[in-house]
Amino acid sequence: MSKKLEGKIALITGGSRGIGAAIAKRLAADGANVAITYTKGAEAAASVVKEIERAGRKAIAIQADATDAGAVEAAVEKTVASFGRLDVLVNNAGTAIPKTFEETTLEEMDRVIDINVRGVFIATQAALKHMKNGGRIIMIGSSVGERVLVPGLVPYSATKGAVKMFTQGLSREVGSRGITVNNIQPGPIDTDLNPAAGEWAVPQKAATALDRYGRVDEVAALVAFVAGPESSYITGANLTVDGGMNA
Amino acid sequence: MNTPVVLITGALTGIGRATALAFAQDGARIVVSGRHDDEGQRLVGELGKLGAEAEFVRSDVRHEDDVRNLVDKTVARFGRLDVAVNNAGTEGKPGPVTEQSAESYAATFDTNVLGTLLSMKHELRVMLAQGSGSIINVSSTFGHAGGAGASVYVASKHAVEGLTKSAALEAAGSGVRVNAVAPGPIDTGMLNRFTGSDERKAGLIAGVPLKRVGKPEEIAESIVFLSSERASFITGATIAVDGGKTAL
Repeated sequence: MSKKLEGKIALITGGSRGIGAAIAKRLAADGANVAITYTKGAEAAASVVKEIERAGRKAIAIQADATDAGAVEAAVEKTVASFGRLDVLVNNAGTAIPKTFEETTLEEMDRVIDINVRGVFIATQAALKHMKNGGRIIMIGSSVGERVLVPGLVPYSATKGAVKMFTQGLSREVGSRGITVNNIQPGPIDTDLNPAAGEWAVPQKAATALDRYGRVDEVAALVAFVAGPESSYITGANLTVDGGMNA
Repeated sequence: MNTPVVLITGALTGIGRATALAFAQDGARIVVSGRHDDEGQRLVGELGKLGAEAEFVRSDVRHEDDVRNLVDKTVARFGRLDVAVNNAGTEGKPGPVTEQSAESYAATFDTNVLGTLLSMKHELRVMLAQGSGSIINVSSTFGHAGGAGASVYVASKHAVEGLTKSAALEAAGSGVRVNAVAPGPIDTGMLNRFTGSDERKAGLIAGVPLKRVGKPEEIAESIVFLSSERASFITGATIAVDGGKTAL
């Protein structure tokens, strides 16, 4: 197969583990050089970088907490300084604090909003300064940004709904520059944040039509498609990869 | 699987034709279907030049005997059915609600809705027994948004998205995925018939964030993606390929 992202530079926020790490590796496998950000997982980030380098692509890891506006902007600038351009931004950094809404503290709500919404705004604004025709802004939203079937994810769902509308609004502003903006909405995916064996997993699995959790590589494959040339007429779209949860 | 067996309805023009060519480039075994023998045989010749094994089966998706025969012939020739693209569709007779009739309704719904239903019925007959398969229905921007002067077409494409979601839920336990693509304005004969004049076409483009109509090949790429193992956790979904027209 030809390398569909040959010569492209991608920045993936929250790229040290889970879905983000899978996206970084997949985009690199498709030919891109990648930058990833991480908050605390320096070792995990370094191992993602090493794996990509072993496969013959360039990669860098940048410490940048998604709640720190200056750090996020600096990560975008460092990506451009290192690779000379930026073609694909994947806003993957996100968090969920599963518990009932009434037990959720204000600090926890602020944290979910800061990472899932404010962090996305900041990274996107910084990246757009460098993006040219053919640029790709890709959100990792969630199937619960559109339809919620299980308890315990109230502020998280609200932030992912915000990401969905952010995507739609922004697609209208930057479309004439040839930049597409899309929102990938995973259903339950087996990661540290939402383990298939965890206590919150049973109703989530049952809510999927395929009756299973998804794998990180199944999300990464859709991100790679949207990042690549084949998706050139797709923008402002919310694309679910949820095992039929929202069907 | 290295050479999936692909069935495409409405394959002779526009999006269907581009889809057949895209699968051929990926080395599929393809059955193309439509209502015109000459064009069908010409397309088979083109697909063959790309290295694909291809066959044309004449069929009209409004008639169950045709659809049953189409699926049976596909299985008889290639032994299985991995991917079905239910693309046959018509714009009917666009016009205001006040000018519609039982005839104009039937002319649109028989192809777009009954045709999709009958196609899935017989495709699933094979795929469920096989325990695998991927069906892609072709909806439209009008499958989830209204359009003045296009009510019957709009209603028919809303129905296609409903059929898609329901069939996906029914088939999920058997290893068969069912999804849809929803094209926006694409450079095809249908778009020209729909818009009627260059002026109206330009007006339509103004409402598309990417400020252009799409190419049939851009829809074909999404269909090929959904058909593949890369989309293994995607079912019951509709992928909008519309330049941001609906931003749904």
